[in-house]
Amino acid sequence: MVEVGTSRVKRGMAEMQKGGVIMDVVNAEQAKIAEEAGAVAVMALERVPADIRAAGGVARMADPTVIEEVMNAVSIPVMAKARIGHYVEAKVLEALGVDYIDESEVLTPADDKFHINKKEFTVPFVCGARDLGEALRRIAEGASMIRTKGEAGTGNIVEAVKHMRNVMGQIRKVQNMSEDELVAEAKNLGCPYELLLEVKRLGRLPVVNFAAGGVATPADAALMMHLGADGVFVGSGIFKSENPAKYARAIVEATTHYTDYKLIAELSKGLGAPMKGIELSTLAESERLAVRGW
Amino acid sequence: MRIGVLGLQGDVQEHVERLQDIGADPVIVKRPADLAGLRGLILPGGESTTIGKLMRKYELLEPVRDMGRAGVPLYGTCAGMILLAREIEGGEDPHLGLMNIRVARNSFGRQKDSFETDLSVRGVDGGPFRAVFIRAPHVTEVGPDVEVLAEFEGRVVAVRQGNLLATSFHPELTEDSRLHRYFAEMAEASTPAVQ
Repeated sequence: MVEVGTSRVKRGMAEMQKGGVIMDVVNAEQAKIAEEAGAVAVMALERVPADIRAAGGVARMADPTVIEEVMNAVSIPVMAKARIGHYVEAKVLEALGVDYIDESEVLTPADDKFHINKKEFTVPFVCGARDLGEALRRIAEGASMIRTKGEAGTGNIVEAVKHMRNVMGQIRKVQNMSEDELVAEAKNLGCPYELLLEVKRLGRLPVVNFAAGGVATPADAALMMHLGADGVFVGSGIFKSENPAKYARAIVEATTHYTDYKLIAELSKGLGAPMKGIELSTLAESERLAVRGW
Repeated sequence: MRIGVLGLQGDVQEHVERLQDIGADPVIVKRPADLAGLRGLILPGGESTTIGKLMRKYELLEPVRDMGRAGVPLYGTCAGMILLAREIEGGEDPHLGLMNIRVARNSFGRQKDSFETDLSVRGVDGGPFRAVFIRAPHVTEVGPDVEVLAEFEGRVVAVRQGNLLATSFHPELTEDSRLHRYFAEMAEASTPAVQ
């Protein structure tokens, strides 16, 4: 029997992205630069997060024209973002044929209580998480891939590091718990007991876990791999830098060879200015994207 | 028995686990020096464009091609099949170009068309194999020296040419290690060639 949209097929797609870099692009030209640099996928957007931040107002799903332009430009997978809880935006993206949907806090949430029921979809979803409980709630809703939320569009890695350390530290804690302690921990974390049991058995999340939100340099990407990320999303970091093609290649190579520090030194030479970046303490609480969703 | 898994990008860990299941000694290959002492090498699933570029940049393309020519078994799954093919439809440059096959990338459609199904593979006993196809390629032409091991709806999805093995699907994503065992037997039967 031929089955589409099984959890193995959806999660498997993310497994194929491991060790790779997924890049935000806003048109066909950028998509081709990303593919040429060795990106494993591109995220088709109308604006990169730094520009979404600058523009303010309500950020929504991209114009399908942009998404189709990118899909026609490259042979690698194309992802696109839907607002948290916006079932119809997600259905539209699925109908367009995108390969992965990011139910993303970078866009303005459409639902302040509920995320999309992702199990209903044939196309797989990636969702952001700040800790293990949030990651497992998204997986319970059908997410096939998790990424840190970080703080998108800041070029500041500190929040992504915090979220990755949270998830990894909580996994290590769960591995040392007895099954009765796990029931209480499931209550503490606000996640299903069965998923927590699976985490204990596997010693990792049951899906791929990428880093996202603030990666700006090759060393940032390598740091996230060192902390246990399976791969890296780079949003504003590439096309807000001085030399995007060179930056993109350097980040791809630093992600693959993340323990080769001599190489990362070479890759970091003469890259030109990275994106300027924002110190987190200067961001008002209302300007923080990571607190969107629950 | 040391069997390598090309570890530049893709589902490397899943192949490592299947090799452990059958008692082989997996080695993750990122640099040419990692190829020493290998009896076989797996080219995993992932993005063939990414892996192809990194193989060129990190000087793995030539040594792996030499291995294949010297008779060391190579097994490509999905992206790995594309790396092995002599010809890629659409005019893209071939990578290793070792196998006498022509392949079409993403030939079953986009991710929403990805699927799993039961498939009989010639030479693998014990009933059908649960085959997972993810934005999979298929073989559109085979040379006279290529043996077709499996077809799905009239499309060739598993092939062997002497020491070279390729599947459009991902046996590493299931718990079924029969294809890895099949490959390990190919490796055992060959003489160690990597110095």
